[in-house]
Amino acid sequence: MIWNESIECASRSTMKNIQTVRLKATVQRIYHNIPYYRKKMQEAGLTPEHIRTVDDLHLLPFTTKTDLRDSYPFGSFTAPMSEIVRVHASSGTTGRPTVVGYTRNDIAMWSENVTRALCMAGVHQNDMVQVAYGYGLFTGGLGLHYGTENLGATVIPISGGNTQKQIQLMQDFGSSVLCCTPSYALYIAEVLQEMNITPEDLKLRVGIFGAEPWSESMRHEIEDKLHIKAIDIYGLSEIVGPGVSCECEHQCGMHVNEDHFLPEIIDPETLQPLPPGEVGELVFSTITKEGIPLLRYRTRDLTRLIYDQCACGRTLVRMEKCKGRSDDMLIIRGVNVFPSQIESILLNMSETAPHYLLIVEREGNLDTLKVQVEVNEQFFSDEVKALQNLAKKIKSNIESTLGISVTVQLVEPKSIERSVGKAKRVIDKRQL
Amino acid sequence: MIIQQLSVFLENKTGRLSEVASLLGEAGINMSAFSVADTSDFGILRVIVSQPENALKLLKEQNFTVSLTEVVALICPNESGALARALAILKDENVEIEYLYAFSMDSAATIIIRPANTSYCIEVLKKHELELVRASDLYRL
Repeated sequence: MIWNESIECASRSTMKNIQTVRLKATVQRIYHNIPYYRKKMQEAGLTPEHIRTVDDLHLLPFTTKTDLRDSYPFGSFTAPMSEIVRVHASSGTTGRPTVVGYTRNDIAMWSENVTRALCMAGVHQNDMVQVAYGYGLFTGGLGLHYGTENLGATVIPISGGNTQKQIQLMQDFGSSVLCCTPSYALYIAEVLQEMNITPEDLKLRVGIFGAEPWSESMRHEIEDKLHIKAIDIYGLSEIVGPGVSCECEHQCGMHVNEDHFLPEIIDPETLQPLPPGEVGELVFSTITKEGIPLLRYRTRDLTRLIYDQCACGRTLVRMEKCKGRSDDMLIIRGVNVFPSQIESILLNMSETAPHYLLIVEREGNLDTLKVQVEVNEQFFSDEVKALQNLAKKIKSNIESTLGISVTVQLVEPKSIERSVGKAKRVIDKRQL
Repeated sequence: MIIQQLSVFLENKTGRLSEVASLLGEAGINMSAFSVADTSDFGILRVIVSQPENALKLLKEQNFTVSLTEVVALICPNESGALARALAILKDENVEIEYLYAFSMDSAATIIIRPANTSYCIEVLKKHELELVRASDLYRL
């Protein structure tokens, strides 16, 4: 089923008209409410009147995660707090989270987009949807939750973790749709196997997986093990949360809800827009948000846009699975991790930050993060106890900031490879 | 009476100790005693060398994390019960010990002690007329 056919199957010219009207209103809203963005526009010699159609989008300045951090917590909101009904937050680069606010209309808009995504994935009213994304500041759980209710399907708001209970409810309630990170889906599949429960014992039909990068081979593995269709969903809290785009049953790229989230692809070096079909950094402008609308927000995700019509009938532009990042952010078990976060933790523990290296691996189905820290003279003690306490302290400081468990390994100075120019901080051994 | 012991951080990797030994050997620095404290990830080499300052400089240049640590060297007769008597004194006088290691030669044993408080430890040992090794003698061994 197509949830909103008149939009999702609209002609390109209709879509452009909708986008133009909404973009112009958003530019006005931001120009008159957000001093830092108005300043950027003025420095570029722009007033809202310069944006006449959606084709003028490229004239506008970019918004970055740094802008959001500098305006922490509510400085990028364009609605008074009396109209903000909810906030969400994601982990930030220096301990400050990125905060987003939603008005009542924003929540309705978000639900609409998630409902479209669920329909793209083949979910219908009779489905029993087990939402195993985390509920809380993270947008995953509540995003899928509201979309499912809006569709009229039944939501099981179980949140993440507690795998035994996940499986029990799958069996007892007859869950037909599973929403979680792809690595958690594989983990559940493994536990099912250990418990001698076969896919035939369950009613699972569809999985809606996102919040971390995953490969086609991982998709096949999940589909084989759970006998479901594994659908990729995309979103980021800065834009709205999950439901910015989602695959349809043809699994050939994620349809972007572009009447709300205007996508562009730019060259991350020159910052110039790239022609359709080329791979570059994905940039979004939200054109209907009231709480925290953003113009030309740089997602740092690398992908390309496909404008051909899809076999499902939707005309919404599709984006390919993300191919990587134009910055050094890692996504580990659904959590965003920046090497600079580790650096500032180490810097807080000594005068000069020691060299460090992050090693990410996938053991079984779970990502692991190992942090190697070079023991410099400031850190060195010739007592084993002191060094072990140091490693323990680094571990607990990192874990309390990132919210995921890590292992810390003390290594000799200069054992971490030095590179000319930008230091290599990350070795990602996952086969994505 | 204070002896400078060289402490070196070593990753738990094949060949690291041999590398330190060769570097010191090539520079004509003799080792008279050493011990290694190890964990699953790393080890700490503690060594008494003939020229502690030179050894420190040399290993630093080779990018080792290294420091000098103050220790005390006690001599006790190489016979049963001798160590027990010395340790009993330290216990009774509340001398806290971080670690120790020993080597024996002929009629005497040398015990290298890393006390929490070096000067107090020396004071106690002297008070009880226990024999301490002078730094210059130990470095020459």
